[in-house]
Amino acid sequence: MLSPWFLCRNEDLKEMLESNKESLKLEAMKRIVGLIAKGKNASELFPAVVKNVASKNIELKKLVYVYLVRYAEEQQDLALLSISTFQRALKDPNQLIRASALRVLSSIRVPIIVPIMMLAIKEAATDLSPYVRKTAAHAIQKLYSLDPDQKEHLIEVIEKLLKDKSTLVAGSVVMAFEEVCPDRIDLIHKNYRKLCNLLVDVEEWGQVVIIHMLTRYARTQFVSPWREDAVFDENSAKAFYDSEEERRVDQSKPYIMDPDHRLLLRNTKPLLQSRNTAVVMAVSQLYWHLAPKHELSIITKSLVRLLRSHREVQYIVLQNIATMSIQRKGMFEPFMKSFYVRSTDATHIKTLKLEILTNLANEANISTILREFQTYVKSQDKAFAAATIQAIGCCATNISEVTDTCLNGLVLLLSNRDETVVAESVVVIKKLLQTQPSQHSDIIKHMAKLFDNITVPMARASILWLMGEYCEHVPKIAPDVLRKMAKTFTDEEDIVKLQIVNLAAKLYLTNSKQTKLLTQYILNLGKYDQNYDIRDRTRFIRQLIVPNEKSGALSKYARRILMAPKPAPVLQSAFKDRDRFQLGTLSHTLNSQASGYLELSDWPAVAPDQSVRNVEVVEPVRLPCIYLVFKDNVKNFDAVSWPVCVSLQASSPVFVPETSHELLHRMTGKGLSAQYRFTRQPCIYGNSMVSLQLTLSNSTDQALENIHISEKSSTGQNIHRFNAIERLEPQASVTVSMGVDFNDSTQAANFQLCTKEDEFSVSIQPAVGELLLPITMSEADFTKEQGKLVGMNESSATITMTPENVSSQSVNRKVVSVANLGVIPSGQENIYRFSGKTVSSGSLVLVSVVLKDPDAVITINTEKTVMGSMLLRQVKTALTNSGP
Amino acid sequence: MIHSLFLINNAGDLFLEKHWKSVISRSVCDYFFEAREKAVEPDNVPPVIRTPHHYLINIYREKIFFVSVIQTEVPPLFVIEFLHRVAETFQDYFGECSETTIKDNVVIVYELLEEMLDNGFPLATESNILKELIRPPTILRSMVNTITGSSNVGETLPTGQLSNIPWRRAGVKYTNNEAYFDVVEEIDAILDKSGTTVFAEIQGVIDACVKLSGMPDLTLSFMNPRLLDDVSFHPCVRYKRWESERVISFIPPDGNFQLMSYHISAQNLVAIPIYVKQNISFFETGSSGRLDITVGPKQTMGKTVECLVVTVHMPKVVLSANLSATQGTYNYDPVTKILLWDIGKLNPQKLPNLKGSLSLQSGAPKPEENPSLNIDLKIQQLAISGLKVNRLDMYGEKYKPFKGVKYVTKAGKFQVRT
Repeated sequence: MLSPWFLCRNEDLKEMLESNKESLKLEAMKRIVGLIAKGKNASELFPAVVKNVASKNIELKKLVYVYLVRYAEEQQDLALLSISTFQRALKDPNQLIRASALRVLSSIRVPIIVPIMMLAIKEAATDLSPYVRKTAAHAIQKLYSLDPDQKEHLIEVIEKLLKDKSTLVAGSVVMAFEEVCPDRIDLIHKNYRKLCNLLVDVEEWGQVVIIHMLTRYARTQFVSPWREDAVFDENSAKAFYDSEEERRVDQSKPYIMDPDHRLLLRNTKPLLQSRNTAVVMAVSQLYWHLAPKHELSIITKSLVRLLRSHREVQYIVLQNIATMSIQRKGMFEPFMKSFYVRSTDATHIKTLKLEILTNLANEANISTILREFQTYVKSQDKAFAAATIQAIGCCATNISEVTDTCLNGLVLLLSNRDETVVAESVVVIKKLLQTQPSQHSDIIKHMAKLFDNITVPMARASILWLMGEYCEHVPKIAPDVLRKMAKTFTDEEDIVKLQIVNLAAKLYLTNSKQTKLLTQYILNLGKYDQNYDIRDRTRFIRQLIVPNEKSGALSKYARRILMAPKPAPVLQSAFKDRDRFQLGTLSHTLNSQASGYLELSDWPAVAPDQSVRNVEVVEPVRLPCIYLVFKDNVKNFDAVSWPVCVSLQASSPVFVPETSHELLHRMTGKGLSAQYRFTRQPCIYGNSMVSLQLTLSNSTDQALENIHISEKSSTGQNIHRFNAIERLEPQASVTVSMGVDFNDSTQAANFQLCTKEDEFSVSIQPAVGELLLPITMSEADFTKEQGKLVGMNESSATITMTPENVSSQSVNRKVVSVANLGVIPSGQENIYRFSGKTVSSGSLVLVSVVLKDPDAVITINTEKTVMGSMLLRQVKTALTNSGP
Repeated sequence: MIHSLFLINNAGDLFLEKHWKSVISRSVCDYFFEAREKAVEPDNVPPVIRTPHHYLINIYREKIFFVSVIQTEVPPLFVIEFLHRVAETFQDYFGECSETTIKDNVVIVYELLEEMLDNGFPLATESNILKELIRPPTILRSMVNTITGSSNVGETLPTGQLSNIPWRRAGVKYTNNEAYFDVVEEIDAILDKSGTTVFAEIQGVIDACVKLSGMPDLTLSFMNPRLLDDVSFHPCVRYKRWESERVISFIPPDGNFQLMSYHISAQNLVAIPIYVKQNISFFETGSSGRLDITVGPKQTMGKTVECLVVTVHMPKVVLSANLSATQGTYNYDPVTKILLWDIGKLNPQKLPNLKGSLSLQSGAPKPEENPSLNIDLKIQQLAISGLKVNRLDMYGEKYKPFKGVKYVTKAGKFQVRT
């Protein structure tokens, strides 16, 4: 329904969108987004909006994207008009634009563009920017929900992205894996260790997803660590009658945890300290489902900590604790007081806390808990008070020592003024008496005594039922109660009247001598009652218990019908059956299987082949071992793959050589030896510094103290020293990182490496190739830049290639091993291009190798002519030398 | 994962919707409204609601319900944590997270939501990164933007997004380099009628405001780290250094953030700074009652207790209160049944006292339970656990920063049963 006002408004907006002024368009888009936010329909404006999709103004463009994603589904034909813009943007040199183009393109839910999306995803999955690859991982899920037929192709992309070593991509691709092909566990094998090692550095949300996935994975690949206890128990039982031999067989294969299983547990443990409650919960459930029972206690504290968080977080955490506390009381018992209820808690939190307290109750702490419960019973929140009474009932049945105390306490509550409390107490007493049908006559007598003071009909009715049910245990009191009731029958409430009739009938059957007349009197009263239910019941009972010619066979069984033993109601926790679901899941919270829930499999009896997880290190691209060395020392220092503030788009190094150079020999260093290597990463200490990694080892037999670099540097270089190492144990070694500003020259950096006692002069002589950082650019840009750097900025040489070096792979490898350069994808087969920039001044360094069989021309273009010629010499040697 | 988000105010008006996948009709919220009605109090709404085709996970914050629609299995805490992060981001951007500010900044809100989730999966939630993508509104900027038509959307990818330091933006520059740390401790306690402690514990957080240029690498150490029983950290803190050396080593985000939160081990006795003597009684006849509350200092370590407030949730039958306070002001709200006594500074020489009569609804039975008292207080320059920061060192940068540490103790969930 469109009011004229609204029409006019839409017209206005259309006019604004079609104007030439950017600001007017922006204003219009802002108003439209306002409409969308309010849920108003703005689809009419689609043609006017979609025109602006190619706008230069980035904010306008983003708002158009928002609009497009919202309405493309409804206006498929018009939406197609915008596709070409995105296809163009996918090739943009700016990674942000590439990524956002892919994001929007994949969010347009129009089936016709599926092939285009597929192509874009495949391309983006190999993009140099990890941010674009992350977007590609997200796009996989979108395409899958749009067209599930693409599954096979998408799995290929997932497989490729799973190999990605960037922490940015890991979380997103695992998410895609979980959505598209959670059953393809085989894709994980090779990436398992990498994922475990990367986990600490992945962003929080990715951590949650990866941890959940690895929990499932581990349950299929490792044998149960819980077997230990089970086997042990069995042994002790068997020991009596089993032969010695058999026992030896059992013990000969004790449980040994798979190192990969241990790796997972070890690498997730620090995440218990995360500020993100979802991560903490994820780790907790991982430990619950995977860790040996004796290691479980470390999660307790963290879970209890989460109870300080928001109300909603408390709710979920308490639910999970409730399930855990059923199976393992001991875990939470020391923290019992954290579950005490406050009057300001929300009702559902109060009930959960009660549940947990009930689960935790044992002989030792029951008195404390009962005292606490006494306060709760008086609560103004009557629903909560009722729940407390039930909890008391549960405690009473579970712990036989306190049954009597509880019963007495509950009997006192019968005189409460609140109806719910009384009703609940009576119901619980009834249950308790039913479970312990032997020694309850005292209570029944007591209740009979209190009966005159109790006014709540529900409670009176329940007591009467009890009298009737156990009338044989209280043979003197029951008829007396009936006598009293006969006097007040007419004044009672209906439910009480029904129970009076019931009691009369039961007494008539057991003790007809005393009660025959009373029963007949009551049945007569009931016969003329105003309520037809009571009249009905009276008639039925009379036929049943008083035999006459019409009553037939039924009355023979009257005793069995009325006095049949009734099953005791079971008092058990509502969380008893929740452990069938993985903890921390939505299904666990709802206690029913949510769609998309992935079952946690049982441990395999025999572990599948462990070697599937072995990874052979073939790729020369970043070596994982280097990465790990770093990780242990300075977590966040390591691969800062993208430098800070560079005008040119830098990329990660293509190759990191492993070779170390000697800085200090142990003979000269009196036992202290030092080696250095270039990490080829942008230095975090300064933009113009070259990042170095020093490995210091102590080969003496006593500890070396206070190892540091002295303040005075003999040459002019600016050096970022590593923090002094206070103590290096004998035979130990430590790796530290430092930065040196070489000023784009190969002049050696001299400095003093000092220990507490000695000083050693050392020097680092960088190879020219290490003074560079790789950058990426398109082929066209390369040629353009090369055109600018001619004349004296260009140096070239012709060489004869050895035949084994001619392949494209070997040329690339040779060049990037000599110099830290980026490889530029080339359109021509015989031309190889590499680009980089000098670390200090940021001047461009362009290298090209043109193969003209059997010769090759190497050309280097750079403003730094000295470096250019030195680099030329090195590349020349590298390419003429045979061998790897 | 997260399919859609609806923002609903306390009156039940749906004032913002955002979908990350196909549009879901807002009629799905009817299930929420049903639950909301049944719950009476907004706090009692169950966080997870099941509907025939969807699951609704909601949080209630600043009088706004954030209702998210979920279609498939997802860890509920994941969603809850994210929704709280959204609310915190709004607070960070607009100073407060209220219906009015959200409505006033609806475009920025939409841009933020667009950046925070992609296809329902969190994309950028770090405030440092978001602020580079979408600049927060300031009066000056909004004026400049209207005149020049320039935008508040960043054009380049924030560097942090790509590095292993995703929480810090690059190229930070300050003329005054400063780092302030606030150690804030809260006492959670339940005292019983006689004043004995039923339960008490100390929870603390360290809030930081770090404005340092470049890429500083900070190390914070404590005099008595052994006090800390259980800790949780901002992602910038290196877990390994903490485990091996008990120091907090980190490259900080720029601006305000919570560095860590901790729990003081249960072995330590918790000092309770005040005592409360109270006598609330309701008479069997005459529909009236008496109230007499006195507050006094107990273990304050020589500091003054400030901002002392006593809150009492009265039973429903209490109609009005006729009281007199020797210090501060009191107010009884007959609708919410909350008695609030704002005392202010606690003077140990002259203990504040609130005394008088309560009038009850005539004919109604007298309440069985006396209402419990909730206490709020503040002690400056004191961390009640005795935790002390030893030193703060900075590596990686040359300048000398200005450093400061402040201690505050507050009452958390501090309840006196009567």
